[in-house]
Amino acid sequence: MYLELRNVDKAFGDFQAVSDVSLAVREGELVALLGPSGSGKTTLLRIIAGLERPDRGQVLIGGTDVAGIGVQYRQIGFVFQHYALFRHMTVAQNVGFGLRVRKPRPSAAAIAAKVHELLHLVQMEGMEHRYPTQLSGGQRQRVALARALAIEPRVLLLDEPFGALDAQVRKELRRWLRRLHDETGITGVFVTHDQEEALEVADRVVVMNTGRIEQVGTPEEIYDEPATPFVYQFLGNVNRLPCRIDRGQATLAGLTLPVPEFSGLSDAPGIAFVRPHDLDLAVGDGDGIPVTVRHVVLMGPSVRIETVDAAGQTLEVEMSRAHWNALALGPGTRARATPRQMRVFPGEA
Amino acid sequence: MRRAVVAPTTEPALVQWGLTLAALGFVGIFLVLPLGTVFAEALAHGPAAYLRAVSDPDALAAMRLTLITAAIAVPLNLVFGVAASWAIAKFDFRGKSVLISLIDLPFSVSPVVSGLIFVLLFGLQGWFGPWLAAHDIKLIFAVPGIVLATVFVTFPFVARELIPLMQEQGSEEEEAALVLGASGRQIFLLVTLPNIRWGLLYGVLLCNARAMGEFGAVSVVSGHIRGLTNTMPLQVEILYNEYQFVAAFAVASLLAGLALVTLAAKTLLEHRFAATRAAAGKD
Amino acid sequence: MGEAVLRRKAWTRPGILPGFGLSLGYTLSYMGLMVALPLLALFVRAFGGGFAAFWRAATAPRVIDSYLLSFGGALIAAATNVVLGSLLAWVLVRYRFPGRRVVDALIDLPFALPTAVTGIALTALLGPGGLLGRPLESLGIKVAFTPLGIGIAMVFIGLPFVVRTVQPVLDDLNAEVEEVAASLGASRRQTFLLVILPTLLPAMLTGFALAFARAVGEYGSIIFIAGNLPHRTEIAPLLIVIKLEQYDYAAAAAIAAAMLIASFAVLLAINGAQRWVCRRSGRI
Repeated sequence: MYLELRNVDKAFGDFQAVSDVSLAVREGELVALLGPSGSGKTTLLRIIAGLERPDRGQVLIGGTDVAGIGVQYRQIGFVFQHYALFRHMTVAQNVGFGLRVRKPRPSAAAIAAKVHELLHLVQMEGMEHRYPTQLSGGQRQRVALARALAIEPRVLLLDEPFGALDAQVRKELRRWLRRLHDETGITGVFVTHDQEEALEVADRVVVMNTGRIEQVGTPEEIYDEPATPFVYQFLGNVNRLPCRIDRGQATLAGLTLPVPEFSGLSDAPGIAFVRPHDLDLAVGDGDGIPVTVRHVVLMGPSVRIETVDAAGQTLEVEMSRAHWNALALGPGTRARATPRQMRVFPGEA
Repeated sequence: MRRAVVAPTTEPALVQWGLTLAALGFVGIFLVLPLGTVFAEALAHGPAAYLRAVSDPDALAAMRLTLITAAIAVPLNLVFGVAASWAIAKFDFRGKSVLISLIDLPFSVSPVVSGLIFVLLFGLQGWFGPWLAAHDIKLIFAVPGIVLATVFVTFPFVARELIPLMQEQGSEEEEAALVLGASGRQIFLLVTLPNIRWGLLYGVLLCNARAMGEFGAVSVVSGHIRGLTNTMPLQVEILYNEYQFVAAFAVASLLAGLALVTLAAKTLLEHRFAATRAAAGKD
Repeated sequence: MGEAVLRRKAWTRPGILPGFGLSLGYTLSYMGLMVALPLLALFVRAFGGGFAAFWRAATAPRVIDSYLLSFGGALIAAATNVVLGSLLAWVLVRYRFPGRRVVDALIDLPFALPTAVTGIALTALLGPGGLLGRPLESLGIKVAFTPLGIGIAMVFIGLPFVVRTVQPVLDDLNAEVEEVAASLGASRRQTFLLVILPTLLPAMLTGFALAFARAVGEYGSIIFIAGNLPHRTEIAPLLIVIKLEQYDYAAAAAIAAAMLIASFAVLLAINGAQRWVCRRSGRI
């Protein structure tokens, strides 16, 4: 493992920001720390960089514990959320800063060459003499990245790299970052609260909540097999249905399904999670949850149908336009909802 | 006035004119007239008398002492201001808000009291008076006392400009420099100092104006020894009390000139300042 | 708590930057030597002869009269400054006229002009033969060497405070708020009294407090115009100087300590009033 965290804890006063986090990142991997604000992901990133000291636990880079190594000497690339560009320096001076303060200091020509190479990499040639205020948000982001790469970091850390950009630029930069990573092969960790960003860019996603890791996995694993109710709710839309779990069977309005993993529980409360696109609607008799269509929203090629069950619980269903046309559903139509895929967790709704 | 038609959020033109004229009249009578008086009285007996007054040996000695005092007090308070604002803006610690209000304390102490406290410490009857007398060291009624009182009075100027500025700028740029491998000295010289330079200059400007112009505190500790412990403001007082009005106003006109230069530089700096702040705000 | 808490709090964000110990240590020792120690000496000297001695020195009739003059004059001058300063701030922010920038810069003249210069200039201007003194005297108004002259000097030196605290608030005042008030049917006068004035009030109070603190301790710009008659035109700071010249250090310290305590009490009261205003308008 190239970058490793072992049982890391960090508190600010009474607030436990990170608790007992262990994580391993392979060389060349790009990992996303995903979670809501306050979940400890930025603190974790700052701990790796050395900008915060953990109360407990170890950080290992390349197999060595870096506890005794100050931020200056860790050789880590850090891209701040608001870029933290030096506002009184030009683009070239910003990018060259890490080389200028290095001991021994490289020659001016060597710094200039490196700066040129990096600006080429981030597609910012010709902007050398601009000041940060003369750049757009996306350009600042790329300068910040070039500046971080200049010191040839062992690990690249990015804090909400696209957080301050508007939707269109975000999308472009996302793909660009992925390409850049593939070209340089650098080990990277980035923090985001945007699930789409994490799923699209990262090799692996670490979902965090209240200072703890909820799940670590590839984007597919995270989305298709959420390990906890939190991950289910945090990634994408999901319907939550109260149910009872009794000796390996979960029962909810009009449905039973096997849950062998909970065979030890008898008559315990549970919640069934099902994504809107994993629910199917059918008209007429048969199995399934009886629902009434309340509202239909057309969203381009797909249709979102809001239904209510007998208990007044709202169930959202998503299907293709063609399928919806064939079913001829409208407000007031009675139907049966059958899940194609569903997961049950014990606990009160 | 700006608009001929009265918009719902402005006053009628007549009211605008009235208020503006009242304000201008007030500024004219209250600020411009006294300032003009200084120069008019100084030149009342013609330029020759003026030149004679400002080149008087006692006047020159007073100017020298004023410059020396400012040259010691301003750098001391500059270093303090930078240290205090670094500690307060970049770190979190207990009692920080108390510390900030303590820094402003000399502003709410009468200048006379600011001088008195040093007499009580170092004067003949003061805490350290006997010891100083035994070692033949004279602080009060001497130049060191004048410097001490001036330092006390001008103590907050640089710090109170820098603290809000550095708090507003945050620490992200410094952290970025740290991650890139910069040492503490490099961070300060290459990142922090360029960011605060206008605010620093602004504080130094105000500090210097007060240091050169301070009267009450210096008057208490100086002993008014002509040619030795008289600063320019004290020289003005002595000449005035001796009914040498032209000479008094001639020295005063130099101080008034300094005040005008300070105001002009301050206005210029505020523009630079506003530009930097606006730039910072765009980030 | 002390040490351990300090250390732990010190490591909270952004505690990773270097130089904490050096900068805070330097700050505290410099302030200790330059501010705390001298002020301590003042209070020790003031109360060193026992409370009775302090009380006798600090409440002699001549001293009481000087307090009344200094504090009363400062309160009236600060109140005058609130009105004049707010007017100036309003005109400078809201209206455009030639020379506005120069006037704006001139507002700080009382800060920049050494107090002794202010003192002799005001005396020359308002004195018996002065440019303004003569016509005023023919109207029967005597300014120099009367409490009125002291008041004018106090207004002069306190002027920038209110202008400079009200100006930024007025600058930031959202035009939309006034437009909403107008669209809801408020007259310009109502908008001013009900919407604008309450917003400016905390800044006005801050300016009042600063102008008051300055005027109460002011010495240089007042003594020339005051006349310095005991019981009538003798300000408290002058009395401290007089005691000092008589080598009565204990009395000087007693008057100084009493003044400091009294002005802090007044400043605390203003601070309290400000807090109350802020809370009432939901801005705390």
